[in-house]
Amino acid sequence: MKRVIQRGMKPLALALAAGAAIASVATTAHADAKPIKIGVVTFMSGAAAGPFGVPAKNAAEITAAELNAGKVPAPYATKGFGGAPIELVYIDEAGSTSKQVSEYRNLLNQGVDYVVGYTSSGNCLAIAPVAEEMKKVTLFFDCGTPRVFEDASFKYVFRPVATATMDNVGAARYVAERKPDLQTYAGINQNYAWGQDAWADFEGTLKALKPNTKAVSSQMPQLGAGQYNAGISSLLAAHPDVLHSSFWGGDLEGLVVQAGPRDLFKKSLTVLTAGETATHGKTRLPDGVIIGARGMYGMFAPDNALNRWLRAAYSAKFNDTPSYPSYKMNQSILALKAAYEKAQAANGGKQPTPEQVIASFEHLAFDAPAGKIGLTLGKGHQAAQGTAFGIVKNVNGKVTVTDVKQYSIAEVTPPEGVKSAEWIKGGLKH
Amino acid sequence: MSQIYAVLVDGVMYAAWLFLVALGLTLVYGVLKILNMAHGSLYALGAYAGVTLIGPWVAQGGNLYVSYLLLVLAAIVAGGAIGFIMERGLLKRFYGQDPVVLLLVTYALFLIMEDAIKLVWGVDPYTVSEPYSFLGNFELGDLSYPNYNFLIVGVALVAGVGLSAFLKFTRSGRLLRAVIHDREVSQAMGIRVSRYFVVTFMAGAVLAAIGGALTAPTVSVAPGMGVEIVVLTFAVVVIGGLGSLPGAAFGALLVGLVRASAVHYWPQGELFSIYIVMALVLAVRPKGIFAPLEARKI
Repeated sequence: MKRVIQRGMKPLALALAAGAAIASVATTAHADAKPIKIGVVTFMSGAAAGPFGVPAKNAAEITAAELNAGKVPAPYATKGFGGAPIELVYIDEAGSTSKQVSEYRNLLNQGVDYVVGYTSSGNCLAIAPVAEEMKKVTLFFDCGTPRVFEDASFKYVFRPVATATMDNVGAARYVAERKPDLQTYAGINQNYAWGQDAWADFEGTLKALKPNTKAVSSQMPQLGAGQYNAGISSLLAAHPDVLHSSFWGGDLEGLVVQAGPRDLFKKSLTVLTAGETATHGKTRLPDGVIIGARGMYGMFAPDNALNRWLRAAYSAKFNDTPSYPSYKMNQSILALKAAYEKAQAANGGKQPTPEQVIASFEHLAFDAPAGKIGLTLGKGHQAAQGTAFGIVKNVNGKVTVTDVKQYSIAEVTPPEGVKSAEWIKGGLKH
Repeated sequence: MSQIYAVLVDGVMYAAWLFLVALGLTLVYGVLKILNMAHGSLYALGAYAGVTLIGPWVAQGGNLYVSYLLLVLAAIVAGGAIGFIMERGLLKRFYGQDPVVLLLVTYALFLIMEDAIKLVWGVDPYTVSEPYSFLGNFELGDLSYPNYNFLIVGVALVAGVGLSAFLKFTRSGRLLRAVIHDREVSQAMGIRVSRYFVVTFMAGAVLAAIGGALTAPTVSVAPGMGVEIVVLTFAVVVIGGLGSLPGAAFGALLVGLVRASAVHYWPQGELFSIYIVMALVLAVRPKGIFAPLEARKI
């Protein structure tokens, strides 16, 4: 019996020794591995920097640092990307779309392996074909237009966060439930792709849910206009039951400051789909305003290990809580790590090629502070997520939300292969 | 209240705000013949200086009536100092050169100041909105307007009337008009043109900074806020005629009323309305409606 065991142990011991040797070589290889350079593009100047770009950049910085230190909870506990450290290269998103295309090419000349970036929908629409042409894996972390993957398909481009359709369908569902007797609605949205699509989705959803309601005013000021008093007058004069806005950044803060003394948000039930960022600065949102965070982020995020880690790490470094752009940047980098390491495992532990990363990225399901995220749309390149809305209540000078309602993916997102506008027009059916 | 009254009130408020900022731009062009691209940065500088001074004041419960004086004081100091440095440090070296060179120099100043503002104040927005709501509201039919907006109308009126009266009734003003009319002859007659240049540029900078400082409580003060205003004020002074004070007033009023009409009756067209007006005016009067007559030099 003893001999049998000893005989059986020999191959096992050899296998363990070989495994240890391989692991040792692999560890050494990882320790010596060339850093993986990620180009991070976000607003570092202009009105969008404070509420969007800076929190996103901060999140990129701590996510990379904590990943490199191996401090992120499972399933991201391995250091860097599969042992290789991450190095970030920052580019400012401020400026024209043509400038961003040039900057993107400059970024590639700096030898970045991957690009994670873009808040502006216009920039995402312009960068996607360039990424395809340059064969560079590029992740959009914040832009909302669903058109990126609904009007085209890309091999190298991914968006591991949801589209703006989710925001506006969720907002319409929330106000329809909160105000069953609503008759009229109005909107104030920025006059470009983001604002126009947001208004169309909100209006279309309300029409589907409550066919007898009607729009009484639709303000479309220029992006970054700064002065909204005439628009506020027009909205006050229209007396809508519900007011919708997808304003973000400095525009959102300007609207809140100028509408406050005129009681616009008190005279109409107001929903701000990107309102969560305004709870982080000194701008005071009045009680009763409905806000969204563009997903289960910020105060809507679930209580899980990744969320607790993100909030703790962010607060320790920046003395603030992460806002939704922080969550979206973090989610995108974690998605890239998940795809990279899946490809690396399939490649026998060796550094994967971009094509192998793409193969593992498509239809990926990964963990994030917002929960389990699946790339189930856009032929496996676009994430679908549920969302939540709630009502602002100021408690002891701190903004909280009450009456939080969560919406499932099926309630706020079209099925694969169906365009958002058609899905809304067809009555939001699955 | 009928929508027409709302259009008038909204239009006049917007016009006053625009005029206050455009006044300095047109003054500087009138005297120095400089199309000052850095005017927007001076506006932003005023806003930052304003919130920097009144932020702690308001946070510590300081008298809010005093905060309005502090806003103007901050703008005068910041605009005057930077205006002096810009004119004496750089612009005076380029007088007499092609206007395009001066345009490029002020554009360079604009870029430098945008980065300098980020260096000093960072990229986070500053919001001090208490002075905006403190003065209460004025009810007009079923609409209410913050009285602060009427304060800006008042300041714009005082600035416009005061500057016109200065040019018309004071000795210095008359000498300045002589400089505007013909700087070489004025110099030959013993007028110290360079002194008028620096004072005028500082006055233009202070006016831009006051516009920014008084706007600060109504917005989130953030980098980039000077870009939009440059485009708008250029539209105003081009419509009115470069260098003309009545032209700037008329241009601002026209732009204000057209924009307010678009907001109330054709919201989708707001973005284009100002430029449609500018294109129409320039098609008929290429030098603007109140373009000052220029004496032909022999």
